[in-house]
Amino acid sequence: MKIRLDRTLCDGFGICAKHAPEYFSLDDWGYASLAGDGTVPEVDRDAVMRALLDCPVHAIIEYGEHGPLGERSPAINAEDSSEPNVGAGDSQAISGFVR
Amino acid sequence: MNSAITPADAPVVAAWPGTTPRLLRFTPGVEDYAEYAGSGGYQALDEPDRLLDEVERSGLQGRGGAAFPLAVKLRTVRDAGRAGAHPVVLANGEEGEPASVKDKWLLRNRPHLVLDGVRLAARVVGAQRAVVYVSDPLAAQALDAALAAADLDLSIGVVTVDAGYVAGEETAAVRAVNGGPPKPTDKPPRPFQQGVDGQPTLVSNVETLANLPFILRHGGEEYRAVGTDASPGTFLATVTGAGRPAALYELPHGVTVTDLLALHGVSPEQVQGVLMGGYFAGLVNRSVLDATLDHETMRGLGSGLGCGAVAILTEDCPVAVAAAVMAYFDRENASQCGSCFNGTAAMSAVTSALRDGVATEEDLARLERWSVVLRGRGACATLDAATNIASSLLKQYPELVASHLAGACDSCRTSAFSTLRPYEVETAS
Repeated sequence: MKIRLDRTLCDGFGICAKHAPEYFSLDDWGYASLAGDGTVPEVDRDAVMRALLDCPVHAIIEYGEHGPLGERSPAINAEDSSEPNVGAGDSQAISGFVR
Repeated sequence: MNSAITPADAPVVAAWPGTTPRLLRFTPGVEDYAEYAGSGGYQALDEPDRLLDEVERSGLQGRGGAAFPLAVKLRTVRDAGRAGAHPVVLANGEEGEPASVKDKWLLRNRPHLVLDGVRLAARVVGAQRAVVYVSDPLAAQALDAALAAADLDLSIGVVTVDAGYVAGEETAAVRAVNGGPPKPTDKPPRPFQQGVDGQPTLVSNVETLANLPFILRHGGEEYRAVGTDASPGTFLATVTGAGRPAALYELPHGVTVTDLLALHGVSPEQVQGVLMGGYFAGLVNRSVLDATLDHETMRGLGSGLGCGAVAILTEDCPVAVAAAVMAYFDRENASQCGSCFNGTAAMSAVTSALRDGVATEEDLARLERWSVVLRGRGACATLDAATNIASSLLKQYPELVASHLAGACDSCRTSAFSTLRPYEVETAS
């Protein structure tokens, strides 16, 4: 299972971090970010699904084989793409504001 | 048509001594179709794949701030098109950085050079459709006139939005072109996966694209004839600060900061440091005087060249500059991600208190922690920019921070540097 978290939707309820604390980290104000890359092994699936289903603003989205489930598929699957992660630079300034 | 549409507070424009400019042009007024085509523009492209190979050889990196290799992006989007998608090219000219003017200058003065680059990128990726995305009305006017004069076998639209720091981010550009607000979306998907109309989209800065006609004409090797191995070619640098008029220079990557200061008429003795990459890459103290302007060197200093905007700090107190930039982020963030609107507000409060001599040790400890833990917690890099400002202030100017903690900065106590948009090149209308 693969999930993504849309931080523009997160309203800081923090329920996700109660159900699956290894996958969701909260900041000082209770807003969540994904702790990893969103890959969820089978053993953790139930906890993460509870987080997903209990999020009041639906900020957690399951990613299917060809993109977000229930949404229009991306033309290229992130998994299949050859472009490296632009955020993976070793610079302290991370990747720059991608314009 | 050759009317000048450059505003009154236009920057000084100059090339690097001894280097033939590839992007700048010194004839006043807008370059029209006849001039551009007559000087070798709009050349036929018979083999798009060969141009892609030359772009790869050139090592051309994105000029929007991230320095991402253009050839990688081009190839990814082209291959998606060959797998059945309908690629789109989105030329990003929405220069949200107040301290940068290069994209506006290119679009206002050399619209055909940009459109030629858009046309070539579209051919390489197999796009039938392209969009030039801007906020500057003068740029849009120049583009409209250029599009009317040029006969391109490609549909190119101009999309204009209100200016804003976050509006120039690549997913904000896609969202705006798709009819939404010009605000970033979280990733994935990135535009090369799912962009305009859900199609794989090449989002490239207009300066990046403006280099393609040179590469078509002269090849990748010639492109690398100036610059450094890891940062080939020239780049447009917006230089502000130091009490001097703003300037736009075309510099070969790798020139020394001291040579740039000499060109700009600033004595190194006066310099306290620089604000790099517009508001993105943070502050660098006087150690910048030993640096060269290329991506590898600036990364080595814990900073970045970013979009090529360099603000020189002479009289301005770095603590007050950091406070002004942080207040800008507090105001100008997209108000979308909680970590960002809370984090920028909190870091702005501390940097302002530090400037005003009322910050405590506990405030500083919080600022230091936020500068680490908030990194990467926003959908776009605005929050990262704010953490760069905080961490660079603390690391680059520890003595100044300590003296401000003791309330001992005379300039901040009497007339602190304070402005809504530090080192803004043109006053926002």
